[in-house]
Amino acid sequence: MAVDTGIREPARVSGGQGATGHLEELRVDPIGLMQRVRDECGDVGLFRLADREVVLLSGAEANEFFFRSTDDVLDQAEAYPFMTPVFGEGVVFDASPERRREMLHNQALRDKFMRGHAATIAAEVEAMVARWDDEGEIDLLEWFAELTMYTSSACLIGKRFRDQLDGRFAVLFHDLEKGTDAIAYVDPYADIESFRRRDAARAELVSLIQGIMEGRAAGPPGPEDEQDLVDVLMSIKNPDGTDRFLPDEVTGMFISMMFAGHHTTSGTAAWTLIELLRHPDVLARVDDELGELYADGAEVSYQALRAMPLLESSVKEALRLHPPLILLLRVAKEELEVEGVAIHEGQMVAASPSVSNRLPEDFPEPDAFRPDRYLDPLEEDRLNPWTWIPFGAGRHRCVGQAFAMMQLKAIFSVLLLDWEFTMAQDPGSYRNDHSKMVVQLEQPCVVRYRRRAVSLGHTGSVA
Amino acid sequence: MRIEVDADLCQGHGVCESEAPGVFEVGRDHQVVVLLTEPPDDRRAEIEAAVRFCPTHALSIVDD
Repeated sequence: MAVDTGIREPARVSGGQGATGHLEELRVDPIGLMQRVRDECGDVGLFRLADREVVLLSGAEANEFFFRSTDDVLDQAEAYPFMTPVFGEGVVFDASPERRREMLHNQALRDKFMRGHAATIAAEVEAMVARWDDEGEIDLLEWFAELTMYTSSACLIGKRFRDQLDGRFAVLFHDLEKGTDAIAYVDPYADIESFRRRDAARAELVSLIQGIMEGRAAGPPGPEDEQDLVDVLMSIKNPDGTDRFLPDEVTGMFISMMFAGHHTTSGTAAWTLIELLRHPDVLARVDDELGELYADGAEVSYQALRAMPLLESSVKEALRLHPPLILLLRVAKEELEVEGVAIHEGQMVAASPSVSNRLPEDFPEPDAFRPDRYLDPLEEDRLNPWTWIPFGAGRHRCVGQAFAMMQLKAIFSVLLLDWEFTMAQDPGSYRNDHSKMVVQLEQPCVVRYRRRAVSLGHTGSVA
Repeated sequence: MRIEVDADLCQGHGVCESEAPGVFEVGRDHQVVVLLTEPPDDRRAEIEAAVRFCPTHALSIVDD
């Protein structure tokens, strides 16, 4: 007992009496569990995942500690065992995860590349809606998952690679995302259906990419200016002349590059649309904003990089209410203390966007969809940098944030200018499936679309 | 006017460099370098835009 120091042990949340502690509850109602930790234990509370203790932090002070800590103190690499079989175990990278993140950041996500990406994304949305009739229905999960597969492959790996993909790739990727059951904290290779499908999908992706690589090796080289990351990786040889990167490694790299930006952007696009349809008054104002911004025939690639205050605020509010990542995890590498409470080496440490984003002291009417909270002078996101955390915060903050926001602005510019949407099911029936660590929209999640008689951008000239 | 950087937060997105070239530079180490720590007042609008649009809120202006 640490009597003299005045440092206490964290309070334990109720429940979790079984052998695996709170694991079963985490697989069924993770947000309920995490909210109960805050309600019962305050800013620092403890729950148990199989044989690991998890210290869950919430509130601005504890969150700031979490997000400012370096990897030497709170390590990210060990905290997500469910990702290892997705990326591929034993896949040898030339670089550490940190270095790969930097490479991705440097090459693809820098501000100066954004304009080209915006044009690419607008073209991908146009290509998807070109398959539509004048009216019809789409499943939001499937439609946005396919779209964001094309946009992320085109922007991160290259147009040449993207043009060799079809809908199969998104379906396989979805099986990877569904293969993230929290049972991985006990055994990442447990013999369960979702893990079998995950491993089969990864093997299938390797063979698709192997086919692409073999096709390129056999065919003539593409034009210099159309080279993509596949060409670059294939050009790297070992000293004995053999290929440095085999299809399994290339697949692992591509999965790791595309994973973080895929289900997150796809889910946020879907939730933004759902919330706008639930709030027609806000949607009408977003339509007006788009109509004005595009009235003079501005290109989406230009406009998506500029301010679109109400659309951006609507995206932010969808992110606050429905953060794509609900639990951020680290492993403590030394003895720590936060707000007078001890964290021990080896314990997991967590922060939860779902809980923090709805703290009533920081976000009045926390459960209401109110995009105006981000507009001048409220700016609740800037005011609460440690609790408005859909993108995390601090040194591990999502490096794709600016890219994601631009992408969503481009997607909704194309969709809302020329199409009207309505809900095809009860407004309350759209919900997330939290049974896996990667959150996905629960099916059915259908909306109807109908082509506008007059594009929003042209309404001014029609009157 | 002085510019302060919270190095824990900077991820080197380079938005500041685009908004206020010559005031900020993001090097290969992905960390911002403030080239003019006490910039002239006529750059203020650009610098305010850099502070405002920094994706990680790493920059601030201090008026002593």
